[in-house]
Amino acid sequence: MLIPGLPEHRVVRFSLGLLLVIAVAAVVGPWMSPHDYTAVNFDALKRPPSAEHWFGTDDLGRDLFVRTMMGIRVTLIVAVVASLVSLVIGILYGAIAGLIGGRVDAVMMRLVDALFALPFVFFVILLVVVFDNNFYLVFLAIGVVNWLDMARIVRGQTLSLREREFVDAARLAGVGTPGLIVRHIAPNLIGVVIVYLTLSVPQVILMESFLSFLGLGVQEPQTSLGGLVDIGVSQLETASWILLIPAAALAVILMCFNFLGDGLRDALDARSRAS
Amino acid sequence: MKFKRLMLAVPFALLVLVLSLSGCEQEEAPTEDLSVLNRALNSEPDSLDPQRNRSVQSADVLRDIGEGLLGYAADGKLIPASAESWSVSDDGLVYTFTLRDTLKWSNGDPVTAEHFAFALRRLVDPATAAFYAEQVKMIVNASAITADGEPVDSLGVKALDARTLEIRIDQPTPYMLYLLTHPSTFPVHPDSLQAHGENFTDPGNYVSNGAYRLEGREASSVITLRRNEQFWNADNVAIDQVRWHIVVDEMSEINRYRAGELDMTSTVPSPFFEEARVEFPDELKVAPTLSVYYYGFNVTKPPFKDNLALRQALSMAVDREKLVETITARGELPAYSWVPPGIENYESPVFSYAKLTQEERNKIAKQLYRQAGYSEENPAEIELRYNTSDVHRRIAVSVSSMWSDVLGVETNLINEEFRVLVQNMREREVTQAFRSNWSGDYTDAVTFLGIMAPGATWNLPGYDSAEFGELMESAARQVDLDARRLYLEEAERILLRDHPVLPLYFYVSKQLVKPRVLGRQDNLLNYHYSQYLSLADTEE
Amino acid sequence: MLRYTLGRLLGAIPTVLLVIVLAFALVRSAPGGPFDAERVVPPATEAQLRAYYNLDAPLPEQFFDYLAGLLRGDFGPSFRYTDQTVSELIASSFPISMLLGSLALLLALLVGVPAGILAALRPNTLTDRLVMALAMSGISIPVFVFAPILVLVFAVHLNWFPAGWSSSGGISRMVLPVVALALPQIAYVARLSRASLIDVLNSDFIRTARAQGLSEASIIRYHALKPAMLPVVSYLGPAVAIVLTGSVIVEEVFGVPGIGQYFVRGALNRDYTLVLGIVIFYAVLIIVANLIVDLVYSWLDPRIRNG
Repeated sequence: MLIPGLPEHRVVRFSLGLLLVIAVAAVVGPWMSPHDYTAVNFDALKRPPSAEHWFGTDDLGRDLFVRTMMGIRVTLIVAVVASLVSLVIGILYGAIAGLIGGRVDAVMMRLVDALFALPFVFFVILLVVVFDNNFYLVFLAIGVVNWLDMARIVRGQTLSLREREFVDAARLAGVGTPGLIVRHIAPNLIGVVIVYLTLSVPQVILMESFLSFLGLGVQEPQTSLGGLVDIGVSQLETASWILLIPAAALAVILMCFNFLGDGLRDALDARSRAS
Repeated sequence: MKFKRLMLAVPFALLVLVLSLSGCEQEEAPTEDLSVLNRALNSEPDSLDPQRNRSVQSADVLRDIGEGLLGYAADGKLIPASAESWSVSDDGLVYTFTLRDTLKWSNGDPVTAEHFAFALRRLVDPATAAFYAEQVKMIVNASAITADGEPVDSLGVKALDARTLEIRIDQPTPYMLYLLTHPSTFPVHPDSLQAHGENFTDPGNYVSNGAYRLEGREASSVITLRRNEQFWNADNVAIDQVRWHIVVDEMSEINRYRAGELDMTSTVPSPFFEEARVEFPDELKVAPTLSVYYYGFNVTKPPFKDNLALRQALSMAVDREKLVETITARGELPAYSWVPPGIENYESPVFSYAKLTQEERNKIAKQLYRQAGYSEENPAEIELRYNTSDVHRRIAVSVSSMWSDVLGVETNLINEEFRVLVQNMREREVTQAFRSNWSGDYTDAVTFLGIMAPGATWNLPGYDSAEFGELMESAARQVDLDARRLYLEEAERILLRDHPVLPLYFYVSKQLVKPRVLGRQDNLLNYHYSQYLSLADTEE
Repeated sequence: MLRYTLGRLLGAIPTVLLVIVLAFALVRSAPGGPFDAERVVPPATEAQLRAYYNLDAPLPEQFFDYLAGLLRGDFGPSFRYTDQTVSELIASSFPISMLLGSLALLLALLVGVPAGILAALRPNTLTDRLVMALAMSGISIPVFVFAPILVLVFAVHLNWFPAGWSSSGGISRMVLPVVALALPQIAYVARLSRASLIDVLNSDFIRTARAQGLSEASIIRYHALKPAMLPVVSYLGPAVAIVLTGSVIVEEVFGVPGIGQYFVRGALNRDYTLVLGIVIFYAVLIIVANLIVDLVYSWLDPRIRNG
């Protein structure tokens, strides 16, 4: 176990288990249902949940169970990929600043401070508009604006690691900066990074669903949880399950990630205090 | 203790801030003795300057506060407005209007023929950069002034005396009188324009000639109009105050209607329509309008270039009845022609397959699809672009599923933001099939057929038929209305044969109207001037 | 203190410049133009419009013209709302967003802090668990799910509050938007206060106080609360930014004519000047909010003031 103290934490274990179940369901679920997520059925518009359609059907008669599972898939993939993008940028930036130090570090961190003042929501909207709804670039857009926290954390860690003997030893052995980052700094950051990742994933999910809600998300017939919620809101009065089911899925996933992140952070704090 | 003071001070400071800010909000005093009509606009009007307005919302408000030479009655019939009479020369090229002798601006100044001439010159003046300048391009010299910078005074309009206005045009234009109902031709008060410049449309500055005058304007919230006592027909204007509320979200419009905050909505959202039928059976007004919802095919690029069979197959495979019954479901009419029904002195031809059942159409569609060289192993791959909106999404998904079921076509749906879609449609580089719609400005077939003429600005499919173009030009030369009609109908027949567009349905207007609002009549243009409305005495 | 403030303000200038450059580049590289409409404009008319708004000049020239305008305090005309300038639009819409935002923050403090303290005083009891579970839901349910449900329940079915932004309604029209806006903030503030108070209660100086025999109540009141609220105060800076930008959705759902709605519309309409104006205005606002929070913080915490 990377982080000791974790197994005792019931909420964390429960969240992790639930997330795994949801992820597996999102992968396996569509196979278990006889329905195709793209199949329009003009004779079964807005049917409430039933044995035939477990989650009911949407405003075009498409099976909501399959679509919700597909939505979860897309949402999770976006969340992970976008978080990884911000992770890579953040680690590189933070580690370089921390390792080189001095004036370079000062300038790089001033830039981060400056970027913190940007109205992020606005910039993501603008980026999506510029990218013309290209979904893959949306990952990038979210990742690109989301790396600042990571850069700060990594820099801090790197500064303290830099003073440790094994880094000095590696430097004496002639390992350059890129080598140092990959071989010595990065592995020691894994704990912090995992915690940060679980905390940033819900933020990314919220951002993606916000964009989908504004109609700037994935293309039909693909969908994401945010896209499903967007459709659901317009049907709230006549067919509330079209909103409530994907919204519940979204809330549960967000809650699991939040609990997980909280628990991991507590565990990590405890470990750092103990050492 | 400092800390305790702070814990008190922070909320207290916020509270003071909040109260001072809410103090800035002017609370409207209850106006009990006034009759007030609350109407909805679905977006903020861009400008209340008649010549510089560019949106239907601006036009709606302008029809209340301004008046043109002609106007529409409550049922949509063309009627005299500021002009009491007019004559047209035999060659159809000179219009002479006589104004009513009691016309006054809201400040009491007389309205003269020169004010109308001034407005038309202002409309075509390049310095105004008016959106609607092209609408009056048939007036002598209008194009030369707008495009080539000829002097504005050379425009073919002249005030012969205070009450007589002469307009000269280049070619017979049977719909000329309709154009003069448009708010872009409304007069402006030259002195207040002079005095206030761009701010002449602000409340307090705005001098207008319509049934109402501008009393107040809160951006993105409400535009308040007050009965104009100087209006020539003021005795017949019943409602004292009209409040145009700007409500962008369609559902919140319904909620506010339910709460009694609105007397008339601007529309009824599609997810709510079935409910509205049950909840407000007598208040739901649905009527045909002059608007067609269509998919265009970019005929300048593959796969639609020189591929009539594919275009036909796609058109036939769409079950329009099912679409309007289950998906749009607001009483729309399935479209088998380009020009909507209801236009005077015109009978639209229809698609050759309009009379067949959907199964028969599907069968022919499959044959055509194979003829075009496609099959199950080699399906057509099509990109369909539509702009972000709930209705467009549902229609696009449905149509692509029909194409897939009947023909096996693989459709890539591309949802684009409106401005991006417009740019793509105009450039015709990346578009294949695309969603658009067209609304008529007046009840003449030319408003629909004209946009498909070769090289026309609004010809989005890039349809380039010499045959069609010649028919349209022949029609334009006719002074005799019956001869003209034959040319136009023949032109539409050619258009339907060539399938550059796939008309899906004709829009209907839908509105919720409280029972206390009297005098509203359905009409094709969906214009409802406040001056024709009145309120029943009994409050609900 | 004055020197510090001035230094911070001067230091913010490069940030603002960066914001302007980034926003200008982004806005102008978006596909589609401000005059692309359902009614495609004839090329001649479009050329006139472009000339009218100075869009036909080379881009760098437009940028410096814009900067020069900014220095004079002129944000330029709006392309879409042609009767108004960007400054007028911001001036008319910002007070509403500001009002909602301040009310939401006030609500977040008034509910969140006591809830957090309550939970911290009884750690791991049912009360604590309940408060924290509610807080977690507050963080995890997105505003755009919560807001429409609020409308449906409290406006449509119960009819307690107006559903939209009625222009005549007073305070009652603000209730639902403020609650929707405040909800996640209440949750954050509650979690933050709880965690921080628990930390402080476990610290050495509180143990010393306990050892001296002070009553638990006076320990909390006189010694623990103040340091425990420091993280909450420093959270207020980011919270201002979150509440202001977060109001985009709330304004959309409730039809509030606030600045967030203008931003989304502006971006979709390619109203270049309006979008730029709002982004710059917000960036300055966030910088100032952070500065104020830092000043309050240093006043609260002498270690920083003297250090």
